[in-house]
Amino acid sequence: MLILTCPCCGVTGEETEFHAGGQAHLQRSGPGASDEAFEAYLFARENPRGVHFERWRHANGCGKWFHAARCTLTLEVFGTYSAQTTQPPQEVLDAIAKRRPGWTEGGK
Amino acid sequence: MRRYSAFAIAREAARHHQGWERAWRSPEPKKKYDIIIVGAGGHGLATAYYLGKNHGLTNIAVLEKGWLGGGNTGRNTTIIRSNYLQDPSAAIYEKARSLYETLSQDLNYNIMFSPRGVMMLAQTQHEIRGYQRTAYANALQGVATEFIGPQRVKELCPIIEIGGPRYPVLGALWQPRGGTARHDAVAWGYARACSDMGIDIIQQCEVTAIRSQGDKVQGVTTTKGSIDCDKLGIVVAGNSGVLADMAGFRLPLESVARQALVSEPIKPCMDVVVMANTVHGYMSQSDKGEMVIGGGTDGHNNYTQRGSFHHIEETVRALIETFPMISRLKMLRQWGGIVDVTGDRSPILSKTPLEGCFINGGWGTGGFKAIPGSGWAMAELMAKGASPLAAAFGLERFREGRFIDESVAAGVAH
Repeated sequence: MLILTCPCCGVTGEETEFHAGGQAHLQRSGPGASDEAFEAYLFARENPRGVHFERWRHANGCGKWFHAARCTLTLEVFGTYSAQTTQPPQEVLDAIAKRRPGWTEGGK
Repeated sequence: MRRYSAFAIAREAARHHQGWERAWRSPEPKKKYDIIIVGAGGHGLATAYYLGKNHGLTNIAVLEKGWLGGGNTGRNTTIIRSNYLQDPSAAIYEKARSLYETLSQDLNYNIMFSPRGVMMLAQTQHEIRGYQRTAYANALQGVATEFIGPQRVKELCPIIEIGGPRYPVLGALWQPRGGTARHDAVAWGYARACSDMGIDIIQQCEVTAIRSQGDKVQGVTTTKGSIDCDKLGIVVAGNSGVLADMAGFRLPLESVARQALVSEPIKPCMDVVVMANTVHGYMSQSDKGEMVIGGGTDGHNNYTQRGSFHHIEETVRALIETFPMISRLKMLRQWGGIVDVTGDRSPILSKTPLEGCFINGGWGTGGFKAIPGSGWAMAELMAKGASPLAAAFGLERFREGRFIDESVAAGVAH
């Protein structure tokens, strides 16, 4: 079973305690953006077979939203971090690099 | 191809079964094909079959990274129905269901289609209204369904507890021509018929890159070398996002795991398919006697083909209330498939930003029942550039806001 640690309250729990909220770090397109940009914001998703940055909510706990870096192929969690950020913190990126040598963001 | 028949069985019985042929060839890939289909699951093979049968195109390769039918085609609960609310969904699923009726004869391969009837239980007032609405919509669409009361449910499926304390059965949407089929046989039957038409099915051949020149697709790079093509069809279910990434575009898809499980075999006790969407579980009995059970999907992106354990618990817990007699059954096997779910929970049958490249995916949790219709529409789309059945399922619907709000692939039992 997937086990996550909430960075807000520090509690470690099984996935039944949390609620998945989809891809993290989506940039909302502002007024005046093209239809394509707004479509991409609403619907296009990374959906990688591997490292994925995603939103979670500690639904049966403190109730706060947070972010997690997780492998969708092995369910390994590389780290969880605050939702009050627009990109993953360096220590999470370092943790991923350590476990997945050669990985780069976006998979390119 | 030697046809299967009663005479063939007698002939082979008389000579110690030495004359059975391989069902399909395993050729090495050629340098170039007119059309390459990536993915030899039901949808990919059906696409190739109807390209050959309906459009006379047979210079086709179907590439498969594992073995054919080894993905979701072999990992579903084999339910076939077409009782959808929206017109585009009802059209393509009803086409599929009607093709299933004669598929054994068309393919000369027994797919064991069993139109035993599918009932979707209404266990809340909201569901009664929803299914009555669907029944009226189906009447207009020419799909034979009716809304039946709880006593009729009990007659059709005596093992149901209709007076359950928490979720009593208040009625059901009943599609008597729905049912089940042997899922592996669907893939094998299509593969045999494709091979007979000269279509190459190449297993153990993983696509590692998609090559293009300008905006036009040129071919694919695979673990068995480079293969050129004029047109490329991506029909890879849960891995659609991975292939789209190779082709240089993104899709409105996320892949999640969907689970199913079967019990030990027991004597025949139910001859219909029952789906209980409020409590997230559905069940039918296989020809071997196993109770085949399906449930919900994971909420998070998942490629493990395994799924989370608590979903099994939730599904079984829910079904025990509706079918008290299964409470002491032992479960034999559990498995998961990777389903690709779109923003509006309806599939994608579409051209893509890369010219000559077509995609068929996003069937989510409802793909098996659609296989013949999906292949039929995808073949027409690839051969002619447009298909009436596929028209509403284009990628542009997300930009234009023309959703097919069906929960076709919703993360619930259906």
